[in-house]
Order: sequence, then C-alpha cells, then structure tokens
Amino acid sequence: MDRHPARADGYYEKVGLMELIRWQKLKRVFPLLLAFSLLLSGCSLTGTEPGPLDPRGETGQEQLTLILLSTGIMLFVMVVVFVLFFYVIIRFRQRKGDNEIPKQVEGNHKLEIIWTVIPILLLTILAIPTVAFTFGQATDYTEDPDAMLVKVTAHQFWWEFEYPDYGIFTAQDLVIPVNTTIQFELTASDVLHSFWVPALGGKMDTLTGITNKMYLKAEETGVFKGKCAELCGASHALMDFKVVVYTQEEFDAWVAKMQEPVVVSEDVARGQEVFKSKCMACHAVDSSIPSIGPNLDGFASRQVLAGYLPNTDEWLVEWLTATQELKEGTTMPQVPLTDEEVEELVKYLRSLK
Amino acid sequence: MANAHAVKRYRGIMDWLTTVDHKKIGKLYFGAGAFFFLLGGIEALLMRIQLMYPMFDFVSGQTFNELLTMHGTTMIFLAAMPLVFGFMNAVVPLQIGARDVAFPFANALGFWTFFFGGLLLNLSWFTGGAPDVGWTAYVPLATEPYSTRGVDYYSIGLQIAGIGTLLNGINFLATIINMRAPGMSFMRMPLFTWTTFVTSALILFAFPAFGIGIMLLTFDRLFNANFFDIAMGGNAVLWQHIFWIFGHPEVYILILPAFGIISEVVSTFSRKRLFGYSSMVFATALIGFLGFMVWAHHMFTVGLGPVANALFGVATMLIAIPTGIKVFNWIFTMWGGKIRFTTAMTFAAAFIPSFVMGGVTGVMLAVPPADFQYHDTYFVVGHFHYTIVGGVVFGLLAGTFYWWPKMFGKKLNEKLGQITFWTFFVGFHLTFFIQHFLGLWGMPRRVYTYLEGQGWDLPNYVSTIGAFLMAISTVVLLINVVITTIKGEKAEADPWDGRTLEWSIASPPPEYNFKQIPLVRGLDAFWKEKMEGKKEMTPAEPLQPIHMPGPSILPFMMSLGLFILGYGIIYHRYEFDNAFLGMLFNSKFVAILGAVIFFGCMALRSLFDDPGYHIEVEELQEKEVRA
Repeated sequence: MDRHPARADGYYEKVGLMELIRWQKLKRVFPLLLAFSLLLSGCSLTGTEPGPLDPRGETGQEQLTLILLSTGIMLFVMVVVFVLFFYVIIRFRQRKGDNEIPKQVEGNHKLEIIWTVIPILLLTILAIPTVAFTFGQATDYTEDPDAMLVKVTAHQFWWEFEYPDYGIFTAQDLVIPVNTTIQFELTASDVLHSFWVPALGGKMDTLTGITNKMYLKAEETGVFKGKCAELCGASHALMDFKVVVYTQEEFDAWVAKMQEPVVVSEDVARGQEVFKSKCMACHAVDSSIPSIGPNLDGFASRQVLAGYLPNTDEWLVEWLTATQELKEGTTMPQVPLTDEEVEELVKYLRSLK
Repeated sequence: MANAHAVKRYRGIMDWLTTVDHKKIGKLYFGAGAFFFLLGGIEALLMRIQLMYPMFDFVSGQTFNELLTMHGTTMIFLAAMPLVFGFMNAVVPLQIGARDVAFPFANALGFWTFFFGGLLLNLSWFTGGAPDVGWTAYVPLATEPYSTRGVDYYSIGLQIAGIGTLLNGINFLATIINMRAPGMSFMRMPLFTWTTFVTSALILFAFPAFGIGIMLLTFDRLFNANFFDIAMGGNAVLWQHIFWIFGHPEVYILILPAFGIISEVVSTFSRKRLFGYSSMVFATALIGFLGFMVWAHHMFTVGLGPVANALFGVATMLIAIPTGIKVFNWIFTMWGGKIRFTTAMTFAAAFIPSFVMGGVTGVMLAVPPADFQYHDTYFVVGHFHYTIVGGVVFGLLAGTFYWWPKMFGKKLNEKLGQITFWTFFVGFHLTFFIQHFLGLWGMPRRVYTYLEGQGWDLPNYVSTIGAFLMAISTVVLLINVVITTIKGEKAEADPWDGRTLEWSIASPPPEYNFKQIPLVRGLDAFWKEKMEGKKEMTPAEPLQPIHMPGPSILPFMMSLGLFILGYGIIYHRYEFDNAFLGMLFNSKFVAILGAVIFFGCMALRSLFDDPGYHIEVEELQEKEVRA
C-alpha cells in the first residue's frame, strides 16, 4: 500500500485494467466491435440472398417497413441512452484524492415526466402502423377469385403442397405464379412445424389438428429458399424446401405437365418394378393423388433432393443407400436394395420429369 | 449454559446437510447454481463448436437438440434462478434487519428440492438421452413417440425443483412483509429487497401454472391421459398458453432481482442515493404486473388472429416505459456522483447499454407483422441473450463481486476481476450481436447445422469465438475464487462504504446476524447513521438471548424421498431387461418407497416440535470480544 502513496486513499485507485485501458478508449471499442463483427462476416447489411431485409414479396415489403421504422425509433433511443451513459461514466468518475460526498439527490419530477412521456409518444408512433399492418396481413383471400389456394401440410421432415384448383399434389418444391396472391391453408400431420419463406414474408406455424391461414405474393420470378422454423425433431435443420416463382405462362405449363398422366418408357421398366415393390407403399408418382411420403411426380425437375441435397444421380444413390445418415430420424426407412436395384431405381426416378 | 436446550449443532458436511441458516442456504444455492451454470456453459460451447462451420459433424442433430434443451433448461431453472435465490437468501434478511427468513425449515426444503430436481433432470444424460424438445417442450413433439424419455425427466425433475421455487417465493413474501426491523417501512426498503418482493409475488402466481402444465404432460406421457393428444381431442396450442403464461413472468422473475442488484451497486459506487427511488419501486411493480399480460407475444405466429396479436403487441410495448424509467434513473444516479469503477461497478455500468440493446430489440419483436420474420430465428436468440446474459448475468456478476465479501468474508481479487469483466464483455457482444443479423439473414434458431453459401459461415464463426472468450472469462473467475479462498485479503464489515443494513454487521455475519435488531431511521439506513458520524446502527431492543431454529436433516430426506418417488414414476411401466429392476419399479415399490420417505418425514416434522435453541447473552458478548 505504501508503495503507492498517491493511491493510498482507496483500494479502488489501485492499478487495474480499468486504469490501463481508460474509459476514453471504450469509445473506440464499441464501433470497433460492431465493425469487426460485420467486416469479418464479409456481408452487406442485407445479407447475401433475398430475405427479411431484401424481400421479393409484398408481405415481406410491408414487414420490412415495420422493421425499419422500429429500428429507427429504437436507434434513436439507443443513441440518447448511450450518449448520456458515456458522458456520465467519463465525467463523473471519482478523481484521485477526491473524497468529497456528492450531493444526495432524491429525484426530479420534471425529468421523470420527460422520460415517461417521450417513450409513450415514440411507442404510439410505432403502435399505429403496427396495428394497421397486423390487421391488414390477416386478410383472408380464400374467396378471392384472383387468388390461388395452396394447402400446405408439414411432415417430419418434408413439405406437402396441394393445389385444390388443379388437383395437384406435390412436395418439396412450391411452384407459384408471380404477382398472384397465394392464399395458404397450413397444417401439420405429426408435430408442429412453421412455414417460412424469408424472401417473400414472415412465417406461420403449421399446427397439428388446426388449419392456419396466411397469404404471400411474390413480386419477382426466381427460386427462393423455404424453411421450417419450429423445432420438430432431429432433422429440423434439414427441413428445407424451395419456392419456385414462375411467370403465369411458365406456371400454366407446369400445371399442364403435372396433370398429364405419367408415361413410362421401356428402358426404365425394370426400375419401375423395383419402385412398385419397394417404394410405392409410401410414394405416389401420379400428382393427382396424395401419398404417405412425398409425391414424386416431377421428381427429376426438382430443385433439391430430400429438401437440401443437390438433385444429382450421385446424391440420389447416396440417399437411397444411407437414408438415415443423411436425414436422422426421417420416417423413410432404410429400404434394402441391391446395387443393381439402386441403379435401375435412379434411372426410373430420373425419368419422372 | 450457552445452549439451554440440548440441541445438536453439527459440523462439517452434516452442518451443510442440516442447516436452516439463510446465509448457509444462500451459499448452497450459490454453489449449486454455479455448478449448473458451468454445465449449461459447456453445453453452449458444444453447440457453438458444432455451428462453427457449415455442415460440421461434431455432434448429431439428435445430440444437438438434447444440448439446446438442456442448455436452456439448465440456465433458466438450475443456474440463473438458484443464483438469484442465493443472493436473496444471503442478502435480503440482512437488508431488512432480520435474523432469518420467516420459515427457515421451508427455506432448506426449498434448496434441497431444487437440488434433487436438478440432479434428476441431469441424470437423463446417462439413461438413454436428455430431453430433446427445447426448454419450451412444445407438444406434440414433447409427447410420445416423438421424443426421448428425457422429457419425463424434464417434467418430473422440474416439478420437484419447482416445489422449491414456490416455497421460496412464499417464504420471501412472508419474510419481507413480517420481519422488517422497526422503522423499515416498505418505502425505506433497499431496492434489491423490493425486487425480491415483486419477484416472489411473480413466482407465487407463475409457477403453479407451470407445475400444472408439466403435470398434464406427465399424465399424457406416463398415465395415458389425452390433454395434448390431438387424435383424442387434445389441443397443441393449450400447452403453449400454459407454458408462456408462466414463461414470460419467468424472465421477469430473473431480471427484476438483477435490476435490484444493479440499483444497489450503482448507488453504492456512485456514493449517491438512488435517483427517483419511488418511481423505481413503482416501475418494478408495474413491470411485474405487465409481465402477466403479454405471454401471447411468444405466439404471434401460432395464428391467434389479428385482435390477439395487436393487443398483445401493444401491451408488450408498454413494458418499455417502466423499463426506460429504470434505465434513466440509474444513469441519473451516477450523474453528479463519484463513480468508483470496481469490478462490481464495471459490470453494473456495462449492464446498462447491454441491457438497453436487449430491451430495444424486445420492442422490435413486439410488432407482430415484423415478428413474423424474426420469430424463431437467431434474431430472437440474440435478443434474449442480450437480456439474460447482458442483463441477468451481468447483474449476477456485479452482485458476486459486490456481496462476496459479505457472504464469504474475503474480497475477490480486483485485477482478475477486471480480466473477467473485459473478456466477458467483449466475448458477450462478439457472440450475440452478430446473431441479430444472422436472424435477419434468414437463419432459424435451434438448427444443428446449415448449408454453406448463405452468408452465415463467418458470422457463426465469429459467434463461436465470442463464446470461447466468455468461457475464458469464467475460468478466470473460478481461479479468482480459488485464490481468494486460499489467500484473499480479509474483508472489513463495510468494504465498499455501503448504504444498507448488511454492511453494518461483520463480514461474514454471525449466525444470528444482528446482536440487537437495528432501528431504521430512513432510506439507506446505514448510510444515514454514517453521515451523522455514527459507526453503527442504533439498537431497537435490549441485549437479550436470541432464539434460533434447530438444524434438521428432514428437508434433505424429504427431497431425497421426492427424488426416489420421481424415479419410481418415470420407470413405473418401463420394460427392464433386468428382472429384479423390473420387479422393483413395475410393482411401484420404488415410487411407494419414495412417497413413504417423503410423507414420513413430513409427519415427523408435524408431530415433533422443533424447540430450537437460545444463544445466551454471555455468548453474544464473548463473540463480540473475540471479534
């Protein structure tokens, strides 16, 4: 203690990292921290692909408006608090040797009213559009002749899409026309899941035994990712799907193709036999009927395999031979197949365009 | 002479097993909470390692789900709550000038039920898999056949631990209402006591809902009930309502005591009385009240409809107002003060901006249409870790450095404390700040892996680095505790120039706390006396023998009975390979044995009075001389 006579008046004056770093430097730490994490991530603020901050649908746009409005108001609040905070912790540090007792202040009614009323005003500004959009986005387009109905059923760990207007059942790829309001009816067959297309708009849970409604409207063609956003089991992370947004003409062509009966060519007849004996119990290849497992009509044209794998022959072989490793806990069992059967099966599945 | 009644005063391990002293129970809570905190931290690190690289193969999806469930459950129920209870026990009776809590026996029972409940839950790791359904245990995932038997451990383990929590809530309500020293009116209570009071009320109303919820879950899983079985007319959304009407107040149960700690620390180290004391009290009560009105904001995407969503959204925003009042009051407590940046104060100061960042994202989440995008993404993970780590944990760490001298009689090393602070502070922001963006870039939460090429690789890597910094920080804190325990400087009674009653007695306090109950003459009772040149409080009673409750092994035995009963229920119809085990469990022998121990001990407690013992005046004076 005597070695530092200047600091003898208080333990807290002893050298600590606080003394070495000094509060002034903290001003540099904060922005650095933010810049560091952002720079390191190498990303622009909106991310590398369409999503909540870079939406391609009407719903997502409205939600982005609210995200930006609330972020703006909250940034203002943060700036006020931070400025006051840093001013106080720098200005009112105890200086060495200063042992004077500060004035004991009870409070200040004027100040307390200010920091009660201003937040109320700020929240009112936020609450009005919040309520408006909350009701707006709950609109039901089921009866709207211009809107298209799609029934979504979530399963562990895949997505089933039904188009009642066209009598089509399909899976994993949700194909929709651009600039058309899609009214979804969402449900689940086993546990809860949540249907989310980040690029088009927010999510809606799919509940077992209950049907939820939501609409989305894509304003751009392209392929967007879809996700399950509710913990649903071991392979929750792999329960992806794709949303393929076509122009109206492309969409009509897709519908026509899906409605055509499946024609099996001679060279895949052996594969079809294998399919019938080993796969048919769960998988339909005719889009007009539902099935226990994903309907495989149009399988060869799908974006991905099993929701997340590249739709190539190699991965298809891998999937057929190591199903449970690629998607832990999936309801599809490991079907016993010989190498020859796998090969034929792949050929057959590839013919399902 | 000193012990008129023949009451055995135990030593060593038996002392800890039989104690009903609030200070020792506080230490037990603190130790057990710290142990579970480390466990939950290791679970977090394992998850962060798995997410360090896209499609990384460190743990499987199933294991990851078990880790995320146990991390959340452990951190909330077995780490944060016990640590909070540790402080409540160690500090509140001292702050109100009491000799113990209102029900010392129930206090011990509360600790042991928590401990055995937590033990039971964690044993699931060794018996076929921990719960794998998230700490929220949404049905139908949490019912058969979609989850492991770990969920039985979850529902029964938390049921047992929950008894302890409820007992504690009631105990502290009774203590604070009835046992305040003369002159300690409600509006003179220190803010930590106030937040404990409101938190206890929240526990009283919130925990029964959860207890009933997990009881229904237990009945569904083990006794063929159909509360949540959709095929039998059950309802999946019902669970979510039950869970969140408990779950939302639960987060206030955690944060309010942290607010209390921050208020004490900021005021002490600014050497100023708390700015706007009455509005702080009012804000605390208001947050507690509003906390029960907003549970459905966790369920915006469930499809409750626009009326419910809009109402719950706006109600949630309202909480920002009392919280804002608190933040500004803290800042203006420091304004004009003489701030001493001890480690405790550094954590308390860092709490303010960190918690504000968690608070503003809370308001953003209260906007239902925007929440449709945030919900169940890493944005939410970022948000609640800013409130729970940046809020609760920063508060707990501030409290640890602040009250350690009072609890253990030695001061934690300040230099190591500063290293703990800086590694934790930087690590915390590094881990969680970027997670907001991950969510906004489309990454759902509770995923065990992700595909590359989505712009998530580096942010996840950065997040993991931050987690390791926090781990380093925790290790430094442990080293600090060890060094302090071995050769730390002995603390004076009042090492920080404190303001409240706990600093007016020795560190650590004697078993009876106050030789004479003090007379309280105002807010910041001890500070008031010091400012008038006095060294100690004016006594409100003559020096007289002090009656103490006798130690008892019954709380431990009762909890052990519940533990055995729980085990018996989990396995009551399990098909064992071992015929003997099968007979023991399937004949319900184990369950009945546990029930007999539990109710037997209860009967013993009811039929035989505990006379307690007296500490005579001579002994009090003797101790005075020795000290």
